[in-house]
Amino acid sequence: MTPSVRRVAVIGGNRIPFARSNGPYAHASNSDMLAAALDGLIERYNLQGEKIGEMAAGAVLKHPRDRDLTREVVLGSKLAPETPAFDVQQACGTGLEAVILIANKIALGQIDSGIAGGVDTTSDAPLALNDDLREILLDANRTPDTAGRLKLLTRLRPGMVVPAIPANEEPRTGLSMGEHCAIMASEWGITREAQDALTIRSHDHLAAAYDRGWQDDLMTSYLGLERDQNLRPGSTLEKLGKLKPVFGGPEGTMTAANSTPLSDGASTVLLASEEWAKARNLPILAYITESQTAAVDFVHKREGLLMAPAYAMPTMLDRAGLTLQDFDVYEIHEAFAAQVLCTLAAWEDPVFCKERLGRDKPLGSIDTEKMNINGGSLAAGHPFAATGGRIVAGLAKELSDRGSGRGVISICAAAGQGVVAILESAGGAK
Amino acid sequence: MSQDLYTQIVNSPPGGFIAKRVGLPQPTTLDRYRPGQPLVSGTVLVGAAPGGRLAGAIAATLAAANAEVATTLDADLRSAAADAGLDASVFNPEAGGDRRFKALVFDATGISDSTELVELQKFFHPSVRKVQSSGRVVVLGTPPEDTKTPREHTAQRALEGFTRSLGKEIGKGSTVQLVYVAPGAEDLIGSTLRFFVSPKSAYVSGQVARVSAGLPVPADIDWEKPLAGKTALVTGASRGIGEAIIETLARDGANVVGLDIPQLGEDLKKVTDRLDGEAIELDITSDDAPKVIADFFKGRGVDIVVHNAGVTRDRTLAKMPEDRWQSVLDINLSSEERINDALLKAKAINAGGRIIGVSSMAGIAGNRGQTNYATSKAGVIGMVQSMAPVLAKSDITINAVAPGFIETQMTAAMPIAVREPGRRLNSMNQGGLPIDVAETIAWFASSGSTGLTGNVVRVCGQMLLGA
Ligand SMILES: NC(=O)c1ccc[n+]([C@@H]2O[C@H](COP(=O)([O-])OP(=O)(O)OC[C@H]3O[C@@H](n4cnc5c(N)ncnc54)[C@H](O)[C@@H]3O)[C@@H](O)[C@H]2O)c1
Repeated sequence: MTPSVRRVAVIGGNRIPFARSNGPYAHASNSDMLAAALDGLIERYNLQGEKIGEMAAGAVLKHPRDRDLTREVVLGSKLAPETPAFDVQQACGTGLEAVILIANKIALGQIDSGIAGGVDTTSDAPLALNDDLREILLDANRTPDTAGRLKLLTRLRPGMVVPAIPANEEPRTGLSMGEHCAIMASEWGITREAQDALTIRSHDHLAAAYDRGWQDDLMTSYLGLERDQNLRPGSTLEKLGKLKPVFGGPEGTMTAANSTPLSDGASTVLLASEEWAKARNLPILAYITESQTAAVDFVHKREGLLMAPAYAMPTMLDRAGLTLQDFDVYEIHEAFAAQVLCTLAAWEDPVFCKERLGRDKPLGSIDTEKMNINGGSLAAGHPFAATGGRIVAGLAKELSDRGSGRGVISICAAAGQGVVAILESAGGAK
Repeated sequence: MSQDLYTQIVNSPPGGFIAKRVGLPQPTTLDRYRPGQPLVSGTVLVGAAPGGRLAGAIAATLAAANAEVATTLDADLRSAAADAGLDASVFNPEAGGDRRFKALVFDATGISDSTELVELQKFFHPSVRKVQSSGRVVVLGTPPEDTKTPREHTAQRALEGFTRSLGKEIGKGSTVQLVYVAPGAEDLIGSTLRFFVSPKSAYVSGQVARVSAGLPVPADIDWEKPLAGKTALVTGASRGIGEAIIETLARDGANVVGLDIPQLGEDLKKVTDRLDGEAIELDITSDDAPKVIADFFKGRGVDIVVHNAGVTRDRTLAKMPEDRWQSVLDINLSSEERINDALLKAKAINAGGRIIGVSSMAGIAGNRGQTNYATSKAGVIGMVQSMAPVLAKSDITINAVAPGFIETQMTAAMPIAVREPGRRLNSMNQGGLPIDVAETIAWFASSGSTGLTGNVVRVCGQMLLGA
């Protein structure tokens, strides 16, 4: 690290409860939800009229009309209109990548404060015009005279009215993310029971966090929702065992319960230099000390679509001089229970660690009692770009509550990508 | 020679429909090896009983073969794979997924008590249904005579009942073998494991092979040309199985010398010219044959001697005159012994040499009208067993193949009532091809097969007759 790099503080975060697709937020747009999350953050940290260094946020499913979504949300907020903003997109890694981008600017001294965020709606999803219809309409637009335009319109066919719905599908393989994950689950030998057990734990931990009021200073209720709509504590292996597999064929192990549902929601995180925070008398929960992204070739090299975090982690650990066991809290995004379990299995596996990571020894296992202790995406839901902010804010708060300690985040993303980061408690790593 | 007519017909859509309706056996078109193709066209699943000692050798072999591999969730297998540089995935039968395997390899050396034989059921029960057609199953054990306790001996001997039965029920042209690997011979399994997981062993099933201590496998062995730089003599090379043998040894890199009777000199020359080889026109039973052959190789040396020349002169014993008896025994057995002795005396067989005999199912199971032939072919087995320890002192190995029903001019000339049952009464429901015998001989001949001696392996599609 060069001496000019500063420590980056996490001040806090705010999100709206996550809703299931076509639920209470069915008619809320991405900008509505991001604005709601941002308003709550401004409120909590008295940022009205404040000129923030920069805001970065993004959405995975984005309307063409939402050009510079984040800047528009800033302009509609109580922040000073002089706050610049930009959009980020890196699939499910969007939220954490936005945090990293803002943190890096603060670390370099380019800005003193920043907000990172993310939002997604699968209800108010952008529909593209059917390609044939789009071509005719564009041709019509290019045709100067009315007669010519009318003639073009005779090319219209009823079938063209069917819109192109954005599919949750990898363009290069034609497989959905769930189908990709089912292949990983099989190749890593992940059982249905292990996935269901992780799912139950996620719901129970999130419910407990709500019950003890732990979530109170992380959320603002929205459109009548006070808790994540997907949350269903108190399930059993027996109950979950009755569900039919949704991915991986009839022999598959992945169900609607142990996979995250399509969801709507938004989150934001406030980051700053220590001086900026002190000057405003704002608390520092934790510091962001390291981060790393990685990508895998799932198209030609038969690597699992969601295995990139398994690669990003050792690179980051080596740079930080840490081992996988040096953490008090692990936040591993539960896109699918199987994804979490595959990642853990890979880190324990001598073959993966030697052949794919080029390491002499496996990274080893982690104490899973320290993982996702306040619940994870399986319980909360997973509005793609909003997950990173939820996790960063939650982990920072947990580390602050503990008074000391170190936490690590691992998030898998579509198109074979992964983002990881390390947070240290404001009270020190240990 | 291509597939027999029956196999062609039942593999055509209408023929297959009819065959299924009337319950005729449906032989699968067997995968056969073509140079340049991968050793295994599919994934090899490796499993092990706890405490096995072959994980490292199996992983090293499959890694060197660039095979696609999966292993069970077994710590020893995972670390062995990592050490061997084998990028193997995991297979857990409880994890679902549409997994298919071309070969199953199971290290059973950890089984030291009959109660542990359940490990076979645990591994194969969920995986056997996932085997593709022309699949391969290889179980590796410890030779019962090399075990430490009577219990271990019993359990290891029991493996044979498992592999032979699985061979009879697996179907789809798949084969099942048992390989006994002596302690200390772990590093010598390469050529054998390669052969048994590959399509080269298409018509070999239900067999037991023994890998014992021997010279180290040359580190620089080229598995595409494992006979590079070697000289091979094949008797009876002008046609039939002999022609396939000499072609296959040449394919594997050997400089070949073909031998046949002068009457077939022209045919022989056609074969050897095609292979850039040399020809010896000679009747192996002639008085000077051993000397002619020994002189031919004196100084330059020979590495591989394949005694393939053989004849049948069938008669029931009551009608068998002495000359009929004697010519068969002389061609099929006694001349081979004389040639071996002459070559050894002239020190013409190089260290690391291979002698390979061609026995027959008749020599194992016996056959009506073939007392002379079966005696000679059982004698070939005797020759392998008696000479193996003697030759070991000169680092020469001796093994034999025992073909079952092989599609040649000889079998094509059989009356249909004899031919059809011969063809069908085996686990493959079809006859083998000369190339199947040749591939098995090439396996014995391979520079990697230093640990193979005293073996008699049948190339019979696991014929229902015989042990
Ligand atoms: N075809 C089968 O189904 C079958 C089954 C079991 C064993 N075998 C054995 O395989 C070997 C080859 O059989 P094949 O089917 O190719 O038979 P084949 O008759 O086509 O070939 C045998 C070859 O050996 C040669 N030969 C015979 N007597 C000889 C002599 N005295 N000196 C030199 N050469 C001599 C012949 O000229 C001929 O070229 C034989 O040992 C046979 O017993 C064949």
